[in-house]
Amino acid sequence: MSKLNMVEALNLALSQEMARDDRVCLMGEDIAVNGGVFRVTKDLHATFGDSRVMDTPLAECGIVGTAVGMAVYGVRPVVEIQFSGFTMQAFDQIEQNMARLRNRTRGKYKIPVVLRAPYGGGIRAVEHHSESREAYWAHTPGLKVVIPSGPRNARALLAAAIREDDPVIFYEPKAVYRAFREEVPDDPEVMEIGKANIVREGSDITLISYGAMMRPCKEAVMDLEEDHGIDVEFIDLQTISPMDTQTLSESVKKTGRCIIVNEGNRTCGVAAEIIARINETVFEFLEAPIKRITGFDIPYPYFQVEEHFLPESDEIVTAIKETIDWQ
Amino acid sequence: MKENRDTSERTRPEDIRSPNTPSAIDTTPIQLGHIEVLQILNEHGEADAGLDPNLDDDTLLSLHRAMVLARAFDKRMLTMQRQGRMGTFAPNLGQEACIVGQAHPMTSDDWFAPSYRSFGAQIMRGWPMERLMRLWAGFHDGFPPPEGVNDLPFSIVIGSHVLPAVGIAMGMNYKKDSNCVVVNFGDGATSQGPVSEALNFAAVYQAPVVFVCENNGWAISTPVYKQTSLTSFAVHGVAAGMRSIRVDGNDILAMVCATKEATDRARAGGGPSYIEAVTFRMSLHTTADDPTVYRDESEVTSWETRCPIARFETYLINRRILDSPSIGEIHEECEKEVLEARDTFYAMPPAKPGEIFDHLYEEITSELASQRDEYHQRLRHKGLEP
Repeated sequence: MSKLNMVEALNLALSQEMARDDRVCLMGEDIAVNGGVFRVTKDLHATFGDSRVMDTPLAECGIVGTAVGMAVYGVRPVVEIQFSGFTMQAFDQIEQNMARLRNRTRGKYKIPVVLRAPYGGGIRAVEHHSESREAYWAHTPGLKVVIPSGPRNARALLAAAIREDDPVIFYEPKAVYRAFREEVPDDPEVMEIGKANIVREGSDITLISYGAMMRPCKEAVMDLEEDHGIDVEFIDLQTISPMDTQTLSESVKKTGRCIIVNEGNRTCGVAAEIIARINETVFEFLEAPIKRITGFDIPYPYFQVEEHFLPESDEIVTAIKETIDWQ
Repeated sequence: MKENRDTSERTRPEDIRSPNTPSAIDTTPIQLGHIEVLQILNEHGEADAGLDPNLDDDTLLSLHRAMVLARAFDKRMLTMQRQGRMGTFAPNLGQEACIVGQAHPMTSDDWFAPSYRSFGAQIMRGWPMERLMRLWAGFHDGFPPPEGVNDLPFSIVIGSHVLPAVGIAMGMNYKKDSNCVVVNFGDGATSQGPVSEALNFAAVYQAPVVFVCENNGWAISTPVYKQTSLTSFAVHGVAAGMRSIRVDGNDILAMVCATKEATDRARAGGGPSYIEAVTFRMSLHTTADDPTVYRDESEVTSWETRCPIARFETYLINRRILDSPSIGEIHEECEKEVLEARDTFYAMPPAKPGEIFDHLYEEITSELASQRDEYHQRLRHKGLEP
């Protein structure tokens, strides 16, 4: 075990998976000598060389499109898009080829590409550097969408994504990159994609979140327990698609109440999908309407005011109390 | 980059690791490159003796047959479509030399990434014609390349296959395989951003890929002069830093020679090449199109004298390899072959509506499995077996 932050944990996963399988290579802007703008690929170029850690021209669509071709030829590229806001440049190749080529060829060609990108707000960055648009990819058939919340699951889920034969969008909460350290096993660890994690069992209400929003949620859970005696069941979704409906439904069946927190835009967002699934599966067990706390339906604001845009723990506490008191 | 490859033809400066330096800014004009133009067989079927590759008779006959077969397939598909027994498809009429010439130099270890007007090449690559019919008639099982055929399925979104084609070539470098990729696209695709990105990636990584731009004059109703201000798309290749050539795309010998030179160079480590093949779309964009709305019929008739098949047949007759009766026989044989494929296609089983969930993921997700159950229930409700 070592105490690692998320950047170090991701680096460990990349390094171990590259050592394990020589088909795994890295592609992205400034990832080789520079080690990536967040240093996730630090030192990997020195270890694995030019052919396996490839600095690319500055063209996100080009990176993803060529990665798809390499995957068709039996290579397993892990692509870094510098900020998730720039994945829009690659929408063409993600939608037309990465997500569909397997289906189009009836399984003849597999596309084991992982697209890593830091997502989310809270780092006082310029426009297009703070988006949380994972719902686009969850809406795209053929992809899997994974978002870790801490160093340990970041490492284990990234390793799992690299071993997947299906394409994975892997969004990393950049606000968490260096926010805290966690014990991470030295030996390779893999967590199942498509599985939510019950972080804390509880009986009064189910709180569902993922990624960077797990931190304000965790604060709220502690406040509610200490100050209000409310026992929250707290779930880290971890995989947005395919969604672990069963874990979510069973929890809500038990607690009868549910609240969802995510920083992406509200309309047709991840919270909306969770609410629909809970309605479809355990509606009769609900004691109160399901609440969602999300980003608003506006472009991510400039950083002088961004702190007011992101959901905060006080707001989560209030919303949970309202849901508990609802009658 | 493969160590055993000859890199002498690289167009990039020797020391590619130098950043910009003040000394790099001098007053010497920049030489962007040089674009050759190649025609071996003119429209009268006369070969330039100095350029004629003097291919052996068997090769010449196989090229001729491939072109005749492509045209017979094309015409039959149009008939079937008009009879209501084929989906919308994109005819290749008049572009047979272009498509057959670019496919000929490929080996089965090379990869081909076609656009949708490429069935002449797909047949040569080993796609049974009935499978191509199945594909255009909207059957899922028509789309995957057959066993042993290293092709991408063609792209529907214009130019979207060009980046993956370059990726395959980069994969060849990664695995140190001495094969190459041939990718074709039309004049319309040259305007797509991802196609420009593909040229750049190929040149930066010296990927073994041959870009064939089939300039057939029209992108549906948009003529070339509205697509570009250039006089030749071959400039795109030079601008990206690769060898580039403009070829008479209705001259089978020129197409074979240009593509062979480019594929040989790619396999030997010489990096990518660009071929602009100038040809003409004699027929419709697709069967859903009516060109009389936007182009003058006289333009089409002016190209009739440049027919790639008639031109090549004159050459073969002059070389005493074929005569009129034997040419007639070949046309009849090809027509018969196409009709047999058509009958095989008609006898193939109907589509299985249950198959639509089968290949999205390596293993079906539980959410999708329950949607599949819902769908199967719908089918049963209609009296259909999934």
